[in-house]
Amino acid sequence: MSKTSEKLPGDPNTTGHSWDGIEEFDNPMPRWWLWTFYVTIIWGVIYTIMYPAWPLVQSATAGVLGWSSRELVQEEMVAFQEANAPWNAKLVETSLEDISKDPELQQFAVNSGGAVFRTWCAQCHGSGAQGAPGFPNLLDDAWLWGGTLEDIEFTIAHGIRNEESDDARYSEMPAFGELLEKEEITQVVQYVMSLTNAQTDDAAAQAGKVVFEDNCAACHGEDGTGDVFQGAPNLTDAIWLYGGSEEALTQTVTYSRFGVMPAWENRLTEAQIRAVTAYVHQLGGGQ
Amino acid sequence: MAILDKHKILETNATLLLVFSFLVVTIGGIVQITPLFYLENTIEKVEGMRPYTPLEMAGREIYIREGCYVCHSQMIRPMRDEVERYGHYSLAAESMYDHPFQWGSKRTGPDLARVGGRYSDQWHVDHLRDPQSVVPESVMPKYGFLEHRKLDGKYIGDIMKANALVGTPYTEEMLANAEADFRAQADPDSDYDGLLERYGDKVSVRNFDGQPELTEADAMVAYLQMLGTLVDFSTFTPDPSR
Repeated sequence: MSKTSEKLPGDPNTTGHSWDGIEEFDNPMPRWWLWTFYVTIIWGVIYTIMYPAWPLVQSATAGVLGWSSRELVQEEMVAFQEANAPWNAKLVETSLEDISKDPELQQFAVNSGGAVFRTWCAQCHGSGAQGAPGFPNLLDDAWLWGGTLEDIEFTIAHGIRNEESDDARYSEMPAFGELLEKEEITQVVQYVMSLTNAQTDDAAAQAGKVVFEDNCAACHGEDGTGDVFQGAPNLTDAIWLYGGSEEALTQTVTYSRFGVMPAWENRLTEAQIRAVTAYVHQLGGGQ
Repeated sequence: MAILDKHKILETNATLLLVFSFLVVTIGGIVQITPLFYLENTIEKVEGMRPYTPLEMAGREIYIREGCYVCHSQMIRPMRDEVERYGHYSLAAESMYDHPFQWGSKRTGPDLARVGGRYSDQWHVDHLRDPQSVVPESVMPKYGFLEHRKLDGKYIGDIMKANALVGTPYTEEMLANAEADFRAQADPDSDYDGLLERYGDKVSVRNFDGQPELTEADAMVAYLQMLGTLVDFSTFTPDPSR
């Protein structure tokens, strides 16, 4: 039997355990700790009364405060919509040409359009609208489907070659790999390169002119300057969506390429579409 | 409070402690979990939900295999900034056929709950191949190898069967035609009437990755392009009290 430790006068009682002679004072919990604990219990009960909590038979208690995350977000959305409503109404009423004549409205359109652009358009066209291979640069003067305000608005609203909008802009370059001989493709690529003085083989370029006139001129024009009504790119401006190298052009002519742009009429409001139209138009290339 | 003074009995008897701990956890679990299955304000029926098509299901498997959920969430929270950026907040019913759900808990990349239809197929192919080619500031790794891994859909029926076991309402007919539907969805020249009949007219039938072979990229893009597109929020308004 081990020796129990000596107790001093005034020591509290022990719990009664004794392990190898080690005993434990039966001290009460610190008062502050105990009261904090009680307060958390009371707080918990009050919380379940104020907020949705207890499951019942049909539904859970809704809480005295009537809190609902869905209602909150709805209220917040409406509050911001109402704050912008006068401006948005003005944006919809004003003709696209006249927006820029009102400096304040133009500023609102460009700022709100910029926000729309960075949210919905930047992934393809780049956060600075500089584009990427296969996705048009919106800063330059080259427009596949036209760069006037009306053209831009129509393109944004209906998109290009998508399944969502019946009015989507549509054209499809044939895959000439199935229509032309390999040699003819080489020649026409040389001719197209010659339009920007980048050809490497003058004889082939000369021969390619005939191939071009027979196969390509209907859409790209006799002089290769393109046609915005068909979305046929201008081939003389040295601005290339898919690259202007011999290899890239051969690929384009052989297999054809066509980008798809979603329609935004169902995702964005009319005011948002007009705002982003104004934003894109003022980036530098607007006509 | 005499009963509270008897805790020593439990604390000194390991088996009893185990039995009673289990009892407490069970009660806690039942109280918290069971009501979620029947309470009217936790289950919400929505229009438009359908099980994944075989090709989309294959894409989902690849999404899980590649750990996309580690960086991408699939749940838009009911907050204004999220709703403005990603679209309508997610509803629980929108992941009713997800086993397991892909809500995620971290966003290194953007939320993908409504990425469907936002970008073109070609964008997805370019972006998977080299994310920085379209989004220079992106830190996403390259997934170009998906385009080179061919799929034959041989085992997709088994995956669907496993999902049917845990409650996805795949019909016998869907399971029997899994492989055919799998191939039909990626080939617009095929006879895909059966696929549309089984899964609805809104199913997109396209050559998703633009190359002749049916690859993992086809499945992945098919999956991404349908995410969040099933419920039509122009006709369906969720109950605000839920």
